[in-house]
Amino acid sequence: MKGEALLRVEGLRKHFPLTRGILFARTLGYIKAVDDVSFEIRAGETLGLVGESGCGKTTTSRMILNLEVPTEGRILLEGEPIHGLRGEALGAYRAKVQAVFQDPWSSLNPRMKVGRTIAEALIVNGFGDQARIDARVQELLLQVGLRPEQAQQYPHEFSGGQRQRVALAAALASRPRLIVLDEPVSALDVSIRAQMMNLLKDIQAEDDVAYLLVAHDLATVRHMADHTVVMYLGKIVEQAPTAALFADVSHPYTKALFSAVLVAGAGGQEEEIELKGEVPSPLNPPSGCHFHPRCPWAMPRCAQQEPALREISPGHSVACHLFDNA
Amino acid sequence: MSDTVLEVRDLHTHFFLRRGVVKAVDGVSFSLRRGEVLGLVGESGCGKSLTALSLMRLLPKGGARTIKGEVLLDGENILERTPAEMREIRGRRISMVLQDPQTSLNPVFTIGDQLREAIVRRRRGPRAEVMKEAVAALRRVEIAAPEQRIGQYPHQMSGGMKQRVVGAIAVSGEPAVLIADEPTTALDVTIQLQYLKLLKRLQAETGMAILFITHDFGVVGRMCDRVAVMYAGRIVECGPVRQIFEAPQHPYTRALIASVPKMTGPVGRLTTIEGQPPSLMDLPVGCRFASRCALVEQRCLDEYPGAVRVGPEHTADCWKVAPQ
Repeated sequence: MKGEALLRVEGLRKHFPLTRGILFARTLGYIKAVDDVSFEIRAGETLGLVGESGCGKTTTSRMILNLEVPTEGRILLEGEPIHGLRGEALGAYRAKVQAVFQDPWSSLNPRMKVGRTIAEALIVNGFGDQARIDARVQELLLQVGLRPEQAQQYPHEFSGGQRQRVALAAALASRPRLIVLDEPVSALDVSIRAQMMNLLKDIQAEDDVAYLLVAHDLATVRHMADHTVVMYLGKIVEQAPTAALFADVSHPYTKALFSAVLVAGAGGQEEEIELKGEVPSPLNPPSGCHFHPRCPWAMPRCAQQEPALREISPGHSVACHLFDNA
Repeated sequence: MSDTVLEVRDLHTHFFLRRGVVKAVDGVSFSLRRGEVLGLVGESGCGKSLTALSLMRLLPKGGARTIKGEVLLDGENILERTPAEMREIRGRRISMVLQDPQTSLNPVFTIGDQLREAIVRRRRGPRAEVMKEAVAALRRVEIAAPEQRIGQYPHQMSGGMKQRVVGAIAVSGEPAVLIADEPTTALDVTIQLQYLKLLKRLQAETGMAILFITHDFGVVGRMCDRVAVMYAGRIVECGPVRQIFEAPQHPYTRALIASVPKMTGPVGRLTTIEGQPPSLMDLPVGCRFASRCALVEQRCLDEYPGAVRVGPEHTADCWKVAPQ
């Protein structure tokens, strides 16, 4: 199954209106959280979505989870548009696309035994009688490296890493084709993080499930993702197969991100790009290339004209005027 | 003045709860030299933050008490000072920056008010002069347009800017020691780099020593001169940054560094540390890492190893390292 597009995102935009007043609300402007984003995720592969706070990566993942309706553009799962689904079709979609969130402390119901939390997805999807559900719950607990009898425990009896395993078991229950992993390891300790990353890779190999990995840590993305998309202020600035991206970082913003990564080792980097200032407000993004006010290589053209995403080598695209003549 | 500005000897801070005693900090010793950055690394629950709070004498309510040890600030044991004397010491001689700037700043006062409070405590003066000093303090932490910012409230600033304000307040008293407890964990990576560079610059200007608490080895590599690794309430290895990264000696340090995903080299399975740290209510008599250690032998279970000198300024609490 590997190789074909499981999920396609086409020209996706999400603009949140900013209003003032309640009764006669006036729209002051739009926050362009996601602004013309396209990519695809292949079956059994991992796509890493990287960027800083406010770049639109979470809004994009929420649209893929069908929790937000796009302003423009569409998302196709196995060729079928996902927005506008109702009733049973929507239920079937939710079974196919699941999520694991960052905080394992808030994503589980503290009053529910974890076995019941995991079973929830099975009950909703009419998996079968109690005996079949119990058997599947036990199987899922084993798959995520927990003991079957732990189904009878409550979330507070687990450590952070174990809770994240429970959340993963719950996500896997309905045999999804795609799991959105929103910062799945950033709340975990270093040694536990490695266990979770290994587990995610094992499960992908066993179940052929695709991941959309939303993360800010480039080293995590490097170890997990086949393909990486870098976003800045609602737009894709660079995308490539992960190995190609790490071998040839091209967009100035991606370069800055890479140089800000603090390598676990002594001494500094050879080339360090310290970005001045902060990410501008998405309500009033800079003209032309959104990155130009912070870019060390900005040219007059960058303030006027928005660069298009263009391919610089097979599969590797960059949105930057520096590559206009490449 | 001696070279050592802060020396911690055999510090024990325990939580006395109804169900037992949690030995969160249980025999921590280290020293901090003037103008150096010492990293204190470890995973959740290893006692690194409680060590910092013990040094500040700001233990959380609910049964935490420092029961043993000495904290020598310029040779003076601050554990023996009265609460009133401690208030004079905090902010002027030892200061702290916490992870979340949101909780360090008061949301109903302007940035200027909060800076002024710190400045006036040190030296009273006419209002105009104090305000001038507050503006200078903001400029020092590289906040653009400080004259305008001074009248703003914390919610009008970004996370990175708030953390700069907290930094400005912390260093306004020119302390000899700054404790930074995960100050960049809540910040984006590019903002984190800006903040770390700022801290380094402030340190170079003032000559203060920094105890930098973090779980991130990348930050350690960027910031620290020496690093102390904590596990289950004790420092298990301490040495110069380069040696800890290139030749870690304690099995825990080795496993921890190996489990960090790298930016270069092969992408394969990550090394993990199986098992869990021991319960702090029921610590083993021997080495605390023994139950998870690949090199474990009988002696490790029977007796705590104590610090073994493994190189210049480099120690590890392990029976299996080669002493030097």
